[in-house]
Amino acid sequence: MSQDTEQRKPARKKVELDPKLAAYKGVWVFVEHERGHVHPVSWELMGEGRKLADKLGVELAGIVMGAPGEETRQFCSEAIRFGADLCYLMEDVILKDYRNEPFTKGLTDLVNTYQPEILLIGATTLGRDLAGSVATTLKTGLTADCTELAIDLENRSLAATRPTFGGSLLCTIVTLNYRPQMATVRPRVMAMASYDDTRTGRTIEHPLGMIEDMIITKVLEYIPDNLQGKPQLAFADIIVSGGRGLKKPENFQLIWDLAKVLGAEVGATRPVVQAGWVEADRQVGQSGKTVRPKLYIAAGISGAIQHRVGMEDSDVIIAINSDPNAPIFDFATYGIVGNAMVILPALTEAFRQHLSTVKLAG
Amino acid sequence: MHIVVCIKQVPDSAQIRVHPVTNTIMRQGVPAIVNPYDLYSLEEALRIKDQYGGRVTVLSMGPPQAETALRKAISFGADDAILVTDRAFAGSDTLATSYALASAIRQIEKDIPVDMVFAGKQTIDGDTAQVGPGIAKRLDMLLLTYVSKIRDIDLENKTITVERRAEGGVQVLKTKLPCLVTVLEGTNEMRFATMTNMFRAARHPLKVWDKEKAGIEDVTKIGLKGSPTIVSKVFAPTPKSVRAEIIDTESNQPKDLAVTLLAKLFTKKPDLAKDIAKNAS
Ligand SMILES: Cc1cc2nc3c(=O)[nH]c(=O)nc-3n(C[C@H](O)[C@H](O)[C@H](O)COP(=O)(O)OP(=O)(O)OC[C@H]3O[C@@H](n4cnc5c(N)ncnc54)[C@H](O)[C@@H]3O)c2cc1C
Ligand SMILES: Nc1ncnc2c1ncn2[C@@H]1O[C@H](COP(=O)(O)O)[C@@H](O)[C@H]1O
Repeated sequence: MSQDTEQRKPARKKVELDPKLAAYKGVWVFVEHERGHVHPVSWELMGEGRKLADKLGVELAGIVMGAPGEETRQFCSEAIRFGADLCYLMEDVILKDYRNEPFTKGLTDLVNTYQPEILLIGATTLGRDLAGSVATTLKTGLTADCTELAIDLENRSLAATRPTFGGSLLCTIVTLNYRPQMATVRPRVMAMASYDDTRTGRTIEHPLGMIEDMIITKVLEYIPDNLQGKPQLAFADIIVSGGRGLKKPENFQLIWDLAKVLGAEVGATRPVVQAGWVEADRQVGQSGKTVRPKLYIAAGISGAIQHRVGMEDSDVIIAINSDPNAPIFDFATYGIVGNAMVILPALTEAFRQHLSTVKLAG
Repeated sequence: MHIVVCIKQVPDSAQIRVHPVTNTIMRQGVPAIVNPYDLYSLEEALRIKDQYGGRVTVLSMGPPQAETALRKAISFGADDAILVTDRAFAGSDTLATSYALASAIRQIEKDIPVDMVFAGKQTIDGDTAQVGPGIAKRLDMLLLTYVSKIRDIDLENKTITVERRAEGGVQVLKTKLPCLVTVLEGTNEMRFATMTNMFRAARHPLKVWDKEKAGIEDVTKIGLKGSPTIVSKVFAPTPKSVRAEIIDTESNQPKDLAVTLLAKLFTKKPDLAKDIAKNAS
């Protein structure tokens, strides 16, 4: 990713790829897992990787690295059911917990051995640590936090689009003379791949080739987060969010009331978080969480681009805003122009009644 | 302890405006600040210096104006500052930037060995979080990213123990110096500049290095030439074509609006009621 996006260079079209680089074939998705679970971002990337591989007419592979005894083989078959044609599996006790040294060495070796043209990694804390290290070791290009991936068929290159300058602009980045082309994508930006349990594919095992003594960094302890009572916005089906239009922290209770009736998570805009009305974990947007619920209700939210990028992929967006010209109405599904302080209670009541009839009928 | 802290001067993105016609960034009048994430690293480095003694050198690559960011860092307590500036660096992506910064750090090391390098979690303009890991790989240093707490440094055995934010939990990691650390936001709060340090900052003779002084051996690895990634297009997000359907009723009473909205919603998404019932129960 260019540090200086203003430096606008003409896209060099039709570059003759070095024959050594032209040998790089196939699309790879790094399958991230921790404590027995694959991070959903990996399956989101698998769906995206499938499209890229089809466009290029090449195979899609999942990369699973972990310790024997973990569910690594199961993850390989899941990867295939989520769309991969094959899996590369690297098993070693050293890979039990994530550490930069062995994972960088392992993934770099895999790339050098099997030569993929594209490598996708989730932009999680693990993924960013790994992607930056692997790209530098391989001396190739890496585009971070992409929101869109496409293939430019003219030179078989990956066109990776990402927000820049605080989200006010987008830029498309290509890596022409280097392979593999690497990109990271944040969780929930892409749709989940569909699961097909009839799919089968092969698994290729490759050794890590390290012994524990070679690794300097040791994991002394792992303290799992206490998720009890912590907001789980990223995977919520329904989210009710409030913005500065609610005016006072007391009024935010109206958001909680509606959320309770819907069994929804509560979200917020940055100013609301900064004012301390709700905890930082609830911020939706560019510097907060990306969400894609089935229903997103936005009350007193203007719809600034930095908020929009975090929630515009919701199935249905309902916006309540007193200003008929608020930008949120440019992309919401339904809008109510009015005072959130009176619309919210009415909506809560209407949902309550509707749901009681559903329950009776069900 | 000798600690190098990499800081970048960035435009205050909260104040950036995009030109409505040309889609270019209007930088004029936008104040330049020290990348906010780098301040957590700087403060952490200063705390280590307070506790274990030693020096903190701040390093920045950028245009001559980036001097301001370095002087700011001195006013907080950094001992020395180096600005790497050369037209040849223009257009550097993260791979080229990490090459340039790593080679500058090697030059710094010729005077005093470096025990730790700090980088910010990410910048607010580049926003990639790649330069830190990149420098570590190029210097063959151990890498600790997303550090939320430095538990202990053992100067005798040259080891460091930290807490690192991982997915779903915190890893407690122990490794050897020299290492590169990126610090999680909110880890600490930047101290106030003292009067003495503010005076020092104003007078301090900055070291300004061009590409030769920064020890760049291979000019094909910096600037546009050294950057694998190419920005092919910059554009404004396309506005969605469909505007919201505004709910309207004769009375426009809140209750009627709500009921009308729900009728439309559940006609469009009949399964939604089941999802809600499942969550709400
Ligand atoms: C680098 C950067 C990152 C950012 N990251 C994020 C992010 O992650 N998430 C985020 O949300 N923001 C982010 N922002 C901030 C963002 O630009 C906006 O400032 C913010 O989203 C606006 O929040 P808001 O809609 O609550 O407030 P406002 O923009 O003030 O909007 C309030 C809205 O409420 C309406 N209103 C007023 N009274 C009522 C009423 N009685 N009933 C109904 N409606 C009413 C108004 O018409 C207005 O549209 C970021 C900014 C920058 C520069
Ligand atoms: N030009 C630069 N000069 C000094 N440090 C930099 C520069 N660019 C990036 N960094 C460091 O690398 C970190 C990550 O940057 P980025 O990869 O752009 O998100 C920053 O927080 C800085 O500590």
